Order: sequence, then structure tokens, then C-alpha cells
Amino acid sequence: MAATLTLTPSRRPPGAGREHTLRQLQDRIRGMQDGVPRLPVATHPAFDGLLDLRTGGAYEVDSAGLALALLAQPSREGAWVAVVGVRDFGVEAAAELGVDLSRTVLVPDPGEHWLEATAALVDVVTMVVLRPPPDVTAKTASRIAARLRKRSSVLVSWGRWPGSEARLSVESSAWTGLDRGHGRLARRRMVVAVARGSAPPQQVELELDPAFGLSRVSPEPVAISEVG
Amino acid sequence: MRVLVVWCPDWSVVAALAESDGGDGGDGPGGPARVPVAVLTRSAVVACNEEARQYGVRRGMRRRDAQARCPELVLLPDNPDRDARAFEPVLAAVEALRPGVAPLRPGLLAIRAPARFYGGEEHAAAVVAECLVGVGVWDVRIGIADDLFTAEQAARQAGVQGWRVVPEGGSAAFLRDLPVSVVDDADLVGLLQRLGLGTLGAFAALPAGDVLTRFGAYGAKVHRLARGVDPVEPAGRTPPPDLVAEIGFEPALASVEAVCFSVRRTAERLVANLGDRGLVGTAVRIEAEADDTDRTLLSERTWVHSRWFTAADLVDRVHWQLQAQPDGRLVGAPVGVVRFVPETVEQAAAHADGLWGGGTDERVDRGVARVQAMLGYEAVKTPVRQGGRTPADRQLLVPWGERPTGLRPPDQPWPGQIPPPAPSRVFAEPWATAVVDQNGRPVAVTARGAVTGEPSRFHTGASPGWQPVLSWAGPWPVDEQWWASEGAGLRARFQIVGVDGRAWLMRCAGGQWWTEAAYE
Repeated sequence: MAATLTLTPSRRPPGAGREHTLRQLQDRIRGMQDGVPRLPVATHPAFDGLLDLRTGGAYEVDSAGLALALLAQPSREGAWVAVVGVRDFGVEAAAELGVDLSRTVLVPDPGEHWLEATAALVDVVTMVVLRPPPDVTAKTASRIAARLRKRSSVLVSWGRWPGSEARLSVESSAWTGLDRGHGRLARRRMVVAVARGSAPPQQVELELDPAFGLSRVSPEPVAISEVG
Repeated sequence: MRVLVVWCPDWSVVAALAESDGGDGGDGPGGPARVPVAVLTRSAVVACNEEARQYGVRRGMRRRDAQARCPELVLLPDNPDRDARAFEPVLAAVEALRPGVAPLRPGLLAIRAPARFYGGEEHAAAVVAECLVGVGVWDVRIGIADDLFTAEQAARQAGVQGWRVVPEGGSAAFLRDLPVSVVDDADLVGLLQRLGLGTLGAFAALPAGDVLTRFGAYGAKVHRLARGVDPVEPAGRTPPPDLVAEIGFEPALASVEAVCFSVRRTAERLVANLGDRGLVGTAVRIEAEADDTDRTLLSERTWVHSRWFTAADLVDRVHWQLQAQPDGRLVGAPVGVVRFVPETVEQAAAHADGLWGGGTDERVDRGVARVQAMLGYEAVKTPVRQGGRTPADRQLLVPWGERPTGLRPPDQPWPGQIPPPAPSRVFAEPWATAVVDQNGRPVAVTARGAVTGEPSRFHTGASPGWQPVLSWAGPWPVDEQWWASEGAGLRARFQIVGVDGRAWLMRCAGGQWWTEAAYE
């Protein structure tokens, strides 16, 4: 687990070495619960410092673009990924963001067997993007969570998921290149909020460019005050 | 040695018709189909039947010209694999009569003529013709001669289900009056005709040495053919091995577990048999029969594997197939026979693991197979990109394990395609949408490609109520497949951004709006 200790030197605040080390040690203990270490999963660099996907976690997104962005990095690095319950998967957009289509398993319409299909795929792939039905109970979610931890896999739920570790949502989005009657969609700027548990959500501004992919605009994540 | 050649004219047409009729065949007992049919590659006729020829359709003709001569011409796609596949039963039927069949090309085969076994060559030809009509090939013509070339020409002169026997030593006399155009080489035929050599006899009369110096080795070979002295013997093929493996249960087994336990050895034997020949099975049909007198087929299914089948994979497939019977027919119907029929076998070398791994992960295959057993074979897909104009055209979902065929090349320019970024959601079924201008009137696109009003509000059905338009672009008129769709008129695409910052790709056709894709 030495790798965990040297994970993010850039995040170390100056003069707070002891607390920092302590926190990382706590992280390490948390990671070793259940007997299965929770390994980091490649996360898109645009979410650097904001979100570190770890195996065994369930994460919640509210749009296809964010789901594809999370899917892209593990797929690009050679992992198998699966997409369950998404009937309107944009194949070309996924490929543009870096998803390797030859290592992508798609179950567009699992119907009532969505849970079994997801569980079967969690066993074998690194990341599953799931579009769950609206009424997922905490019990169902905990069954999948146990499976995720045991099989070292990550679930990205496009829709409400009880007990998710972090929730990513597009707060606002603006397109450039388009006017009233001319131009075409060119670049998109969006403000993405990342909420972890009850902590105040953090915001970050991202830009999607067809030539350069997804990138960070604001250098540091901004925490939103409780009032705002 | 005497050669018997069997010729099935216009085999591509026969094979294509048989496939398009669902295997029943255009040549039933009632005789060949009476409709003009042509088989085409991209735009040129490759083969056509007699009915089409009567209208003046010829090989090499463009599709448009052929249809101009015969508007009711049935057009079927060219597929050499299908032709060869359809010819396989013919080869097998002849092989049953006499081993050593040499397939020359789909529609043409040669065997050594059985001189005495059937009581003479004509009797042998009659037996072969009867046998082939029995397997459903109506138009069979047979030629018998001393050499292959002459026998083929003799077959071409025979009538339907008839034969033509060229007597021993009579090849030269038979070939003498044939036109040189029977040689299947347009360049040489053209040259001979320009030299004033109209018949094979005239060509054969030239001294062999002069032909060699003037036309080279190839010309000398054709010269030997024309003289009927070519000693080429048909090379017989080895009959393909019978790889089907089956096991019978005595008494019949009612439990799925018991069946799976018992088929393991058979599955191992099949895989070993394939392995001995350096083959692997990538598609296997599994059949289960009941134990009654008419051997009812309980279940039959073709399984495709994205790598190849091992014995354990086959046992898994048997388990899933018998268990996943939706109507539960297995209950109370014990299984008497399980049969493995390899449908696609490939060279093992083509499937060997690379030094650093490669291909699909075996674990992933097993997980996917479980989902397939649950939801059905078609439920698991692999996404593939292809060329096209709309986002929906530019992608294809292929069932897991199958190789995509007929993909449009994505790299070529597709004028009129929507430029990147690509939409992250592409709806298989476009949503009906309403778009209105400031005064609440529906926006439409005129025949000249102008909008009747500026889009101001829209209603996609994704969110309740109307949403104001923040910005929009278009119309981009497309006039595609105007020949196919009825009442198509002009279609135009728009990109529309709502005030919530979400962008949509919409299509307007004849006043009706559709949402095709979303940029989320």
C-alpha cells in the first residue's frame, strides 16, 4: 500500500504534514476494510483533486456526458467497461472522449433483469455505467455494493443511487459557436458540482472541446457555502 | 480416362433464389422460377437467368441498363460465399454416387466418368441427373468427354437434365466447330477473332510450334485445349470430415444437471476432433431431441463465441439452453439426444493468443454469456462506429461475438454529416417534438430550405412543458434517400439549445419535428 501514501503529493498543504499523513493512513485503513483493498481507478484528469474513483464505490451522475467522461479514462487505460440500461448510448461521443469501443459491453435493454445483468457484469469488468429505474431501494443498492467491493469494480449510476459515495451533477452549461440561426455547436462549458455525503459540494468548471476533449477551466475546485 | 462434368447454369441465381426463398429454392419440383432474376455486385450484373436473358440482360451490364430492358427484373446481391455454400449439398450428393469429386467452381464439378458401373456412360449421366434433381437442383447439364475442357463444352451443349457424350477420341472433331469465344479469356478471344480465327478448329489447325512462339506458354495451353489433347485430370477433393458429435441417453434424462454432466465427454470429443485438424469452433449449434419415436426437437440454438468454444463452454451453453426455455417445455420432456453441430470452424492459428495477450478476455466472455443466458443472445451488444450522415446512422450495435458486416466506412467524407462534437445520447426512436415561433405558430421549413419563423419555444417530451430557445442553428437541409421513403419531401436538421443549457439535434420534415439526439 505504499503507493497510497505517495498518491497525491500536490494536494499536501504546506505546513500540515502530520495531519496529511494521518489522513492518508486513515484512508489506507478504510481501504483495507472487508479484506479487499480499495484500489484507485483511473479518473479523468479534469476531476483531479475533486474525485478519485476507487474500486467498490458507487458514484452518481446526472447526465450522459459525465457518465462517458468517467467511463473514458479506465477504458483508455485498457480496462473493460460495460453500459447497462442505456438505450441511447452515443457511440461516437464515447469514442471521441476516449472510450475503447472494442472493450465495451453494451446491454441496452435489460428490462426487469437489470439488477442481475449488472451483477453479472460487475463480476467481470472494471466499470459499469448503469441507468437504474427510478425506484432503487437501499437494500438493492447494498447488494450491488457488496458485489462491487468483492469484485473490485466501480459503478457509475446515471440516476438516483442510494448510498453513492459522490454525486456529480451539471449545475449549468453553456454552448458557444451557436447563434440565432447560424453557426454550429462548437464548445461547451459546464459547471460541475461534486457532492460527497453531507459535506458541502465543490464546484469546478469544465470545457468540452471536440478537438481537445474534456479539460478543466478553473484551476482549483471551489467549495460552495452551505447558504449558496 | 474419361471425365464427366456436371454444370448447373447460372448457379449464382439459383443459390441467391434459394436463399431469398428461405431455403426452399426457386427450383422446386415445378421447375425453375419463371421470373427474370439477376445477381448484382455494386452496380453490375454478375449473373442472370434465362428469363432475364430473353429480355436482353447480359453479364457486365449496369443495373440501370438491365432494369431499363426488364423493369420487373428481380435483383439479388452477389455473394460468392453463398454460392459455394449452396453448392456443397450438390458436391455431397455426387460424392455419394462416386468419390473423388473435383469442384471446379460453384456450379461446375467434375468426376471420373464411371464407365461400366452404371452400365455405360449415358446411364451414369442419367443417374447423376436424377440424383441432383432429387436434392432440388432443377437445371443440371452433363457432358462426358476425354478431357475436362471438352466435357465442359459438351455439358454446355446439353439440354436441361440432359447429357452430351463425346465419344472417345472425338474431342477434336467436337471442338472444331465451336466459336473461339467459348474460351473464357476476353483478351485472347479478341485477338484470335481479329486474326480471323473464328472457330476452335481454325485455331487448332495452326502448327503448335508457331502458336508457342507467337502466343507464349499460355497460348500453347489454350491451343492444346482446342485440339482436345489437354491431359489435365480433375483433382478429387477429400470429403470434409463429419465433425458432428452427439450423445444418446438411455433412458432419457429429465434433469438439466444430469444432461450437462453426461455431455461433458461428448463436448470434449468434439473439441479434440476439431483440434486434431487444427481447427476451432466459433459457432456451434446445439440440438436436443426428445426420446419419442419421431424424435421431436426440444430445443435448437446456435451459439457464437467471441473466441472459440472449449468443452466447458459447450457444457455451459447446453445448461443455459435447456434451462432458459421460456415456455418451460423441458419440464416433463426428457432429453434423449444432445447433438453438437459445428457451424463455423476456423483455423486455430488465426485464433492463437498473441504473445502479450489479446482478443477478448475470457472472464468477460463468461460474464457476458451469463447475461446472454438471462436476457437472450441479442441483448448484449458491442458498439461499432460506421459512416453515415445522422448520428443514428453513424453507429451500429452488433450482437456480442458476431463480427460486424457491411459497415459503411467511417473515414470517407459524408457530405451533410453533423460536425463534431458528437451527441452523447442518440435516440433509436426519435421523439416527436413541437417547435413554435414567437407567435405560437409551428415552425416549418419551406421547399427552398428557409424557416417560416424563428424558433422561440420547444417541447421535446423530455421535460414537462415548453422551454424557451436560447440559440439555434440551421436549417441544414438534407435530401437523402428521396427514392425510398414515401412523401419524404425536404428534411432539415437544427441544433437547438434551450435556456437550461442542454442542446438538442432536431429534424424537421414536412412540418413535423423530431428530436434525434441530445448533447448532454
